Amino acid sequence: MLKRICVTLCQAAVATGMMAGLAAADDSFIIVQSTTSTQNSGLLDAILPQFQDKTGIEVRVVAVGTGQAIRNAQNGDGDVLLVHSKPSEEQFVANGWGVQRFDVMYNDFVIVGPASDPAGVAGSEDVVDALTRIAQAGAVFASRGDDSGTHKAEIRLWAATGIDVAAQSGTWYRETGSGMGATLNTGTGMGAYIMTDRATWISFGNKGDHQVLVQGDPRMFNQYGVILVNPEKHDNIKADAGQAFIDWLTGAEGQAAIAAYQIDGQQLFFPNATR
Amino acid sequence: MRDTAAHDLTVVPIRGEDTGIPILTATNLLLDKGDTALLDIPRLQVQNHGPTLIMGPNGAGKSLLLRVLHGLIRPTRGQVSLAEPFDQAMVFQRPVLLRRSVAGNVDFVLKSAGIPRRHRKARVARALAQAGLTDLARQSARSLSGGEQQKLALVSALARKPDILFLDEPTSNLDPTATQSIEQLIAQANRTGTKVIMVTHDAGQAKRIGGEVIFMNKGRVIEQTPIQHFLQSPKSDAARHYLAGGLLI
Amino acid sequence: MQNFASIFSNAIGLIWSGDPALWAIILLSLQVSIAAVLIAAVIGLPLGAALAVSRFPGRQVVIVLVNALMGLPPVVVGLMVYLMLSNAGPLGVLQLLYTPTAMIIAQVVLVTPIVTALTRQVIETLDAEYHEHLRSIGLSRLATVPVLLWDGRFALMTAVLAGFGRAIAEVGAVIIVGGNINHVTRVMTTTIALETSKGNLSLAMALGTVLLIMAVAVNAVVGLLGLRARQVAYA
Repeated sequence: MLKRICVTLCQAAVATGMMAGLAAADDSFIIVQSTTSTQNSGLLDAILPQFQDKTGIEVRVVAVGTGQAIRNAQNGDGDVLLVHSKPSEEQFVANGWGVQRFDVMYNDFVIVGPASDPAGVAGSEDVVDALTRIAQAGAVFASRGDDSGTHKAEIRLWAATGIDVAAQSGTWYRETGSGMGATLNTGTGMGAYIMTDRATWISFGNKGDHQVLVQGDPRMFNQYGVILVNPEKHDNIKADAGQAFIDWLTGAEGQAAIAAYQIDGQQLFFPNATR
Repeated sequence: MRDTAAHDLTVVPIRGEDTGIPILTATNLLLDKGDTALLDIPRLQVQNHGPTLIMGPNGAGKSLLLRVLHGLIRPTRGQVSLAEPFDQAMVFQRPVLLRRSVAGNVDFVLKSAGIPRRHRKARVARALAQAGLTDLARQSARSLSGGEQQKLALVSALARKPDILFLDEPTSNLDPTATQSIEQLIAQANRTGTKVIMVTHDAGQAKRIGGEVIFMNKGRVIEQTPIQHFLQSPKSDAARHYLAGGLLI
Repeated sequence: MQNFASIFSNAIGLIWSGDPALWAIILLSLQVSIAAVLIAAVIGLPLGAALAVSRFPGRQVVIVLVNALMGLPPVVVGLMVYLMLSNAGPLGVLQLLYTPTAMIIAQVVLVTPIVTALTRQVIETLDAEYHEHLRSIGLSRLATVPVLLWDGRFALMTAVLAGFGRAIAEVGAVIIVGGNINHVTRVMTTTIALETSKGNLSLAMALGTVLLIMAVAVNAVVGLLGLRARQVAYA
C-alpha cells in the first residue's frame, strides 16, 4: 500500500516537473525584472491584465532590488527590465546589455518619520536641508543599504549634504540591507526616519505612528525606465514579445492605465513616456 | 549478493556415520586486538559425531571462536576450512528478530537462502508448528516473550536445514521451561543430522546435550574431550578449577 | 496589530473562503515540497543506509560533511541553483529558472542531506542490532540495505517528515530561483514574505497559520498511513 502511494506521488512529481518544463519552453509569456516598489504598490497587478487581455502575452514579474534586477537581466534571466535608477540603466544600455532605454513614469520619494519628529523636519520641502538636520540631531535614519534604486537615490541626496554616512553606519545611520517593505517594518519599529517611494508608503500596512514629513522637493522625483534586454547577448530573450510590452507600456493605453491606478484616492505613478 | 566466502548454500547433508574426516578445521588462528591476542589456536578440528560444546570462563574467547568458525569475524591470520561447502546457520544469545510477523521472520530466512516462494509456505508452517508458534504466526515477532523469540530464532535457523548450526549461549536469558524446549529442538536437530556447535557455560546443559567439549581459557583451547571425561576427570588445572566453580584470573 | 486569536480565526476564514488564488498557492506549495521530498527520499534513503552499513576510509569525514550539510542556508542553496540555472549559467539552456521545477531542484538540494543524515542515524542503530544475523544468513553489506530500510520504515518516516518540514517552511531558496511570480511560482512562504514587506503583518501571520495547518495536515495524513501500514504489516 505504501509502495503504491509512493509510486503515485512520484508520477505526480515527474508530471509536475515536465509540465513546468514545457511551460518554460513556450513563447506566450515574458519575464520582467522589476523592483519591489512596482509590485508592492499593486501597480503591476492592476495594469498587466490589460496588456495580457490585448496581446495574449503573460507578463511574469520578478520583483527584486534595482541592483539585483540589473544583474539578473545581464545574466539573461529576463526579457525586459523595468527599474528606477537612471544612471545604472544608461550604463546597462551603454555596456550593450540592453537595446534602448525609455522613460515610463515617475513617482516621488518622501521621508517618513515618527510623529515626535526629533529632528524637526516636518513640512520641509528641502530634502538636503532636512537630511542635514537629521544628521545633526543624530536622529536614527534607516537606509535600505541594498544597492537598490531607492538606496542609490538616497546616497545621491546624502552626497549633496556633504555628510559621510558610511562613517556613521551603525550609529544613528542604520543600513538594513533589505527591501523597502522590510526596511519600513524595521524603521517604524525603531522610530527611525526612512526615505521611501510614495507608492510603497501609501500601500504599506504597518505605518505605526509614522507619517510623511518631507516631500515635494524636485530632487526626490523617481524616474522609472524600461529596457529590452539585448537579444544578441542571450539566445532566449523574447525580443518581439518584450518589445510589444514596452510599446504598450510607453504607448497611450499603458500610460493611461498607469495614470488611472490609485490607492485611497491618490494617484501613485505619473506617466511621462516621450514617444 | 551472497557472501560466498563465509557460506555456500549448496546443501550437502552430513547424514550417516562418522567418516573419520573432520568437517571443520582451523589452523594457525590468531585474532589480535592491539597487543592482546584474543584468540590463539594453532590447530582445531571438529568431527561430525554428536554436538560440540565450547565451554570456558567469561572472556575465554568462546563467542569469538564461534564467530570466527562461522565466518562472521575474519581472524587476523589463519584460516577455517570446511570439508565440504556446508550450509551454516547461527542462533545468538539475544535472538535477532526483524520487525515483521512471526511467519515473516522464518520466511525471510528461507528467502535469503534462495528457497523459491512455492516451497517456503509449507516450510514456514512446519517450522512454526515445531516451535508451537502456529497460532502466533501473524503477530509481530517482537511482541513474543523471550522464550518464544529464541524458539522462533532457532526454528528459523533450522528451517533452511543447515549442515552446521552454531549457537551462542542460546538459553542464558531464559527460564527453565523455555530452556527445556530449546534443548529439545537442539537434540532433534542433532538427531536429524545437523552438526551442533554451541557455546554454553552451564555444565548441566552440557551434560544433557552430550557430545564433546572444547574447553577454552584466555583465548586458547586447553582441552578437547568427550563430555563425560571432561566432567569427571578434566585434564587441565584450569578446567578443574572452572568446574569447581572458581574464578580463573 | 491584532491579537493571536483573531489572526487564527482570520486563517480559518482564509481557508474556508475557498479563494482560488490562495488555494492555488497552497497547492503549489504542497506540490513543490512533496515532489522535492519524494526525490530527496529516493536519493537520501538508500544513500544514508549505504553510508550506515559501509566501511571505507574517510567514512567519518563523509558523515560529518553530510551532517553539516543539514545546516545549509536556503539562501546559499538558492544562489547556487540560480547560478546553475541562470541563462548565463551552465544549465541555462534548460530554461528552468523561475519555474516550479527550479524550486523543486533547490528544495531537493536542501532536503537530501537531512534525509540522508537522519537515515544514516536510524539505519546505523538498526544495523547494530541486525548486522550479525543478516551476515549469518548470507547477505553482503550492501544487500542488507533494502532489508534495513524496510524494517526501519516507521522510524524513517520521521526523517522524511523532517525533510518535508524544512522544504515547506523555507523561503530563501524558492524566492531566488522561483522569483515569487504571481500565479506561476508564488508559494505560501514567498507570499508571506511579500505580505510582510507590504506591512500587512496580520495577513502574513494568518497565511503563516494556514501554512502551519497545512503542515499539520500532511503530518497527520502520513501518520495515519503509517499506522495503517503497521496494522497491515501484522494482519
